[in-house]
Amino acid sequence: MKMLCVIDYGSGNIAAIANICERERIPYYIASQPTRLAAASHYLLPGVGAFDPTVATLEKSGILAALHNEVMSNEKPILGICVGMHLLADACDEGVSSGLGWIPGHVTQIDISKLNRPPYLPHMGWNSVHSTNDDPLLQGVDLERGFYFLHSYFFNARDPKQVVAEVNYGDALPCIVRKGHIVGAQFHPEKSHSNGIRFLKNFVGTP
Amino acid sequence: MMLRSRVTPVLLLQENGLIKTQKFENPKYVGDPINAVKIFSEKEVDELILLDIDASAMMRKPNFDLLREVAAESRMPLCYGGGICSAEMAAQIIALGYEKISISHAALERPELVREMADRVGRQSVVVTIDVKSEGALGPHQVYSRNAKLSHHVDPLAFAVKCTELGAGEIVINSIDRDGMMQGYDLDFARKARAAITTPITIVGGAGSLADVHALTGELGPVGAGVGSLFVFKGKYRAVLISYARH
Repeated sequence: MKMLCVIDYGSGNIAAIANICERERIPYYIASQPTRLAAASHYLLPGVGAFDPTVATLEKSGILAALHNEVMSNEKPILGICVGMHLLADACDEGVSSGLGWIPGHVTQIDISKLNRPPYLPHMGWNSVHSTNDDPLLQGVDLERGFYFLHSYFFNARDPKQVVAEVNYGDALPCIVRKGHIVGAQFHPEKSHSNGIRFLKNFVGTP
Repeated sequence: MMLRSRVTPVLLLQENGLIKTQKFENPKYVGDPINAVKIFSEKEVDELILLDIDASAMMRKPNFDLLREVAAESRMPLCYGGGICSAEMAAQIIALGYEKISISHAALERPELVREMADRVGRQSVVVTIDVKSEGALGPHQVYSRNAKLSHHVDPLAFAVKCTELGAGEIVINSIDRDGMMQGYDLDFARKARAAITTPITIVGGAGSLADVHALTGELGPVGAGVGSLFVFKGKYRAVLISYARH
């Protein structure tokens, strides 16, 4: 049975994600205790703000060991959103903390030198995405309409084969990275209308 | 493929109802906020700005219960402004399901709050809204707050730049004299704002037609085009009808 666990570790927009799941009948629950993780089939890791404080918040939550067990030992799928995606990387230029290192890569500030006029940072608004390998996560998504982005840092993946989709902002920036069952998305699916809902359902595997 | 301009309905909240003003005066009731947000969600709007125009002026806290209900009906990015006076309060509203928090009077009173908010919720979520009034066709633009009741002796664009340096991720320029007049944006000032500010900006005040929106986005894009009356009124008698279009 599909069951999405939205991880509430004190960062990110839990309410918006819960609202979407409620409305779209995606089976879900919110968990803030490590003992509550096992019941899920899929995990969603939100995140907002700066890298270091978010890593610290996640570590302090006491949920990390249990999550590691579910994702790495039991190989249950996880989706990190925005800073939740950045947490999957090895490290971030913005901070000194280590990331989880679940997808090899480095979180880097967007290079604004290739943008020919303002606005520069943050990258804010609706942008098209480019699918690099027809990943089923983007099935039924209107790529031209794309998703809502709100960020200044991006996931610079070490292995280009793990970049599922790119967004153009100065450079072609990875906006979905995937290593098997571990997925990160830079945009906000919970605030991207029908495209975002389609993406979330593709991840969980609900119709 | 590139970043597109945002066409953003701007909703004004007063005593739990939505109103629309002209030049920040003569509020006309336009409906229930939850209902309007439901409609805008169905219409897949780019973003929504919700401003509680009483909260700051009457020095009261945001209406958290109402904001929670609004967020539950929203599948679009939300910006809230009104009565935010601490980084903690901003974080509480982000947790309700909002992406961006706007401050206006509070930033003029204590610019350090911009930095405190950026440290707490990230600069991408910090918006400073600057209400401006043009003093005649060629005169300078003056900054106001508290619903255009209080004037500040500060240059609006210098203040905007200062806010972005402190940590604002977006500046909203709201024209008092164009508000509700539906006769076009102040393109000249929008151009100056675009040239001065490196972060994303949203221009509010004056949209009377999609042609007005396109005049702004065509020249300054990618930019936020805030729209009030155009999306809540229909016809010359200003009958209330919620609508949305970007093309």
